[in-house]
Amino acid sequence: MPRIHFTRQLERFLAVPAAEVEGSTVREALDAVFADNPRLRGYVLDDQGRLRKHVNIFVGGQMVDDREGLSDTVSSDAEIHVMQALSGG
Amino acid sequence: MTAPLYVSTRKGLFRLRRSAWGTWEIQCIGFLAEPVSMMLEDARDGALYAALHLGHFGAKLHRSRDAGRTWTEIATPAFPNQPAPPADPAARPAYNPEAPSVQMIWSLEAGGADEPGALWAGTIPGALFRSGDGGDSWSLNQALWDRPERKAWLGGGYDLPGIHSILVHPRESRRVTVGVSIGGVWVTADGGASWHLRSDGMRAEYMPPELAHEGNVQDPHRLVACRARPDHLWAQHHNGIFRSVDGSASWTEITTAQPSGFGFAVAVHPTDPDTAWFAPAQKDEKRVPVEGKVVASRTRDGGRTFEVLRRGLPQEHAYDLVYRHALDVNASGEILAMGSTTGNLWISENGGDVWDCVSHYLPPIYAVRFGAI
Repeated sequence: MPRIHFTRQLERFLAVPAAEVEGSTVREALDAVFADNPRLRGYVLDDQGRLRKHVNIFVGGQMVDDREGLSDTVSSDAEIHVMQALSGG
Repeated sequence: MTAPLYVSTRKGLFRLRRSAWGTWEIQCIGFLAEPVSMMLEDARDGALYAALHLGHFGAKLHRSRDAGRTWTEIATPAFPNQPAPPADPAARPAYNPEAPSVQMIWSLEAGGADEPGALWAGTIPGALFRSGDGGDSWSLNQALWDRPERKAWLGGGYDLPGIHSILVHPRESRRVTVGVSIGGVWVTADGGASWHLRSDGMRAEYMPPELAHEGNVQDPHRLVACRARPDHLWAQHHNGIFRSVDGSASWTEITTAQPSGFGFAVAVHPTDPDTAWFAPAQKDEKRVPVEGKVVASRTRDGGRTFEVLRRGLPQEHAYDLVYRHALDVNASGEILAMGSTTGNLWISENGGDVWDCVSHYLPPIYAVRFGAI
């Protein structure tokens, strides 16, 4: 199963343990995490479900392409990292 | 007992309490190292609200029911979610990549005494939200958002427009006035079901001459209403000071301000509508204190004359700027607070005649606000 990790910078706001989740796209993987941690959604995505401007997601070391639909595919052994971008300060 | 002063800064929320000896004691009551864009103390139940403007993770809202000892994250005002984009790229045109998202909570106000739990929040990109349950849930005020004039609103210091001032009439809670940078003054008399543009008399120097008096392009930086005479309002506008004595049905330009009519902040005496204070700066493109001297200004006659107030304020090589929410007056009209971008916080206990710097070292100050109690 894909494994998703969150930047430790989020830990001052809420618990963000790494998780193994079902999903073949970034969207599906995130939705699985948010189902158990609904507060986390608003920290990663904006009101329209788009990736926040100063948050980056990497899949297997590659930054995702689709920041709106989050349709980038995720393999069964993928490592997904949700990071804060330094462009946000 | 003197009401406390709340200071929202780039690095946390602070509260100052006046000691028996007359000193103001500072305490960080939450969110150390986080940007706090606005706070509210609800006089109806004592609840505190703090809006965070996280650089990476967006706007967030927190509430305390124990005077700031503990905080709970509550719902953040948010736009309704449009459907996710379809997987088929060819179908993408149906998806609107420009669909809005709240960027910052810029104003927070309590509703009327007759509507416990009612709260209003003004945001960048110019949406107004209302809660009926003390912030547990919020709904977009669609009536204002759907005004066709909103498409012409512009950003004022930010990329997008914002609602910085929300004035709830103290005796008619369904009458609410909002100030938009850059989008003029809007009023509802029916609790937000309908809105009317009320900027007549304002003037916009930054627009082509033929548009200078258009209501929808006005940039009031800050609106305040006299608590006892709420139909008397003051506006610190981008290119001057304006006053209304008829509930914003009309505005009159005040041309006598000294040393400058430019600034961001304004405060009005709670019972005397002719008395107001400003934090003037060198106009427009410079935005630094005139001649490196930090001053406040005061009118006591409705804007016919102004006094420049400088006792206790730095008069040499001072480059503080006072943001639109960083000047406030307390319920007695005697104590003022003024905070700056360089982290200086001044308090006057005699209506602005003399100022005392209670801290030189706070983070950049976004807002100062006396408690309601």
